[in-house]
Amino acid sequence: MAAQPANLQKADRHLTVEGRDLETDLARAAAFVRKHSIASIYHAGSGHPGGALSCADVLTCLFGAELNLWATDREDPNRDRFVLSKGHAAPALYAVGAQYGFCGKKDSLRLRKLGSPFQGHPHVLDLPWVETSTGSLGQGVSVAIGMAMGLKLQNKSARVYAMLGDGELQEGEVWEAAMCGAHHKLDNLCAIIDYNKLQSDDRNDNIMRLEPLAAKFRAFDWAVAEIDGHDIAEILKTFRRASATHGRPSMIIAHTIKGKGVPTMENVPQWHGSVKLTREQAEEALISLGAEHSEIRELLDGQ
Amino acid sequence: MANEAAPALIGTSGDSLREAFGKALSALADEFPKLVVLDADIAGGTGVHHFRKSHPKRFLQFGIAEQNMMAAAGGLAAVGLIPVVTTFAVFCLRAVEQARLSLAYTRRNAKIVASHPGLDVGPDGGSAQALEDIAAFRAIPGMTVISPADPVETALATRAILEFEGPVYMRTGRSPSRRLFGEDHTFKIGKGQIVRDGSDVTIVACGVEVARALEAAQKLAGEGIRARVVNMATIKPIDTELLTRCAEETGALVTAEDHNIHGGLGGAVAEALAATVPCPIEFIGMKDVFGASGEPEELATVYGLTAPHIASAAKRAIARKRK
Repeated sequence: MAAQPANLQKADRHLTVEGRDLETDLARAAAFVRKHSIASIYHAGSGHPGGALSCADVLTCLFGAELNLWATDREDPNRDRFVLSKGHAAPALYAVGAQYGFCGKKDSLRLRKLGSPFQGHPHVLDLPWVETSTGSLGQGVSVAIGMAMGLKLQNKSARVYAMLGDGELQEGEVWEAAMCGAHHKLDNLCAIIDYNKLQSDDRNDNIMRLEPLAAKFRAFDWAVAEIDGHDIAEILKTFRRASATHGRPSMIIAHTIKGKGVPTMENVPQWHGSVKLTREQAEEALISLGAEHSEIRELLDGQ
Repeated sequence: MANEAAPALIGTSGDSLREAFGKALSALADEFPKLVVLDADIAGGTGVHHFRKSHPKRFLQFGIAEQNMMAAAGGLAAVGLIPVVTTFAVFCLRAVEQARLSLAYTRRNAKIVASHPGLDVGPDGGSAQALEDIAAFRAIPGMTVISPADPVETALATRAILEFEGPVYMRTGRSPSRRLFGEDHTFKIGKGQIVRDGSDVTIVACGVEVARALEAAQKLAGEGIRARVVNMATIKPIDTELLTRCAEETGALVTAEDHNIHGGLGGAVAEALAATVPCPIEFIGMKDVFGASGEPEELATVYGLTAPHIASAAKRAIARKRK
């Protein structure tokens, strides 16, 4: 596998996995990501469930189908890079990592624990595969800009992906990055906004309005797509279109539901976190996410 | 190496530290093929216009957007390049948190080189004079902080930071700098140097204040006071071994820096000696006030950073020695 050119590897994976019904595979993986996120936040006694659940489908599509990135060949200089600019969604990233072999499924349940590499926000010196440390909003997208510029300078074909939160867009640095990405024609960069409309305290609209959001990025000369961030087929299709974009960076505005999959959490700002989940809440959430009793016990008691 | 006669002040060369840095970068570019230079629309001010001309493809323009530039340096380092972030010291302050998270916490091999520090900025006035940068960057875990004293040392330090693996903050300077060192000068990160020996008091200085400290020592010699001068070009990690030796041998110190007296070189020296060989220390620097417009030498006079101020401080420190 490692001997093949990077773009062929990616195409091959699409073909082979598609043969086995890629979308069903990814939906199943995304469900695992949600359940694992809830379980790790339960064990941690703190963490941000709302934004982890909203970005689970996009993250799963990235690691499961889009990124030319393999747990078995993680140090390949030609690998695609992913930066979780909304670092507080770390539980979802760790769960995706566990799903695709970058870390252990049990290990990554030790979220936010002393001595665990699974810190409250991703740290690259603890987990090299998270690519950079994030948690301070606005910085991840700038780091991704630097990666994209550096890869182009070195004539590498690898792509860079960054996921931002919607509240994160209130950081001025994001707009510095937006100008910079377009100016330098970083068509090897694809950013995704997990647009769940809620932030820490309230709805975006009540804190600091973001709309008209797509128009803003179009005005900054990004190639903008607006999609349903829970529709796997649409997510995959949009990533492919972004990969074919020339001369401009891509921005995918993924409309999502905060707390997606857990009815008691959906669209409730209070579940932005950082929250403490009771045993009852965790079980209820896992049941909503389709977990069987054996799986619930494994996730909540199996450590 | 150190004797009372040397080094002589060679006079003003008209060569600022920023010019020395920019020329050195250009000269080193072929030897360090991974080196890239980041600019926020002030290449002419920071000296990297030399690099822009010699290596345009490796000169990356970020516009007037320092936070994005600082964090992007982390991304450039992450894909194997050696980014050198350049801007004015005061604008580095607005990106301290980016340096903290995306360069230091991630332990990237990235360099920040800031021109226009302190009163050396001169007529641009108080808003442009960074008096806090050494303190801010020194407080970031794992960040090395350097402030060379003359053009020769700046060129040597430029090579040293490129050879060094890890995040570095280095100050250059705006104004024409006095030449202190000959071509045989050496520079090693983490090592201070006795540039004039003496046994009554030690003046520990960095940046533009080294030349003033040497002047002060000469003046003191005329009064029969033998002052030792240490060029402490690396503020972090501070050369504790040399400081303790100076404290033991001279029993009193003065620190001198073009920076607030809080948290900079003076703070670093006091921390090191409080834990080893406590002795009287007098602090020369900005006394927790902002500067104003004026020529650097005028400002140094008004705010107490000149050789006579250092000489007076030396006498006060000596007077405080235990009888």
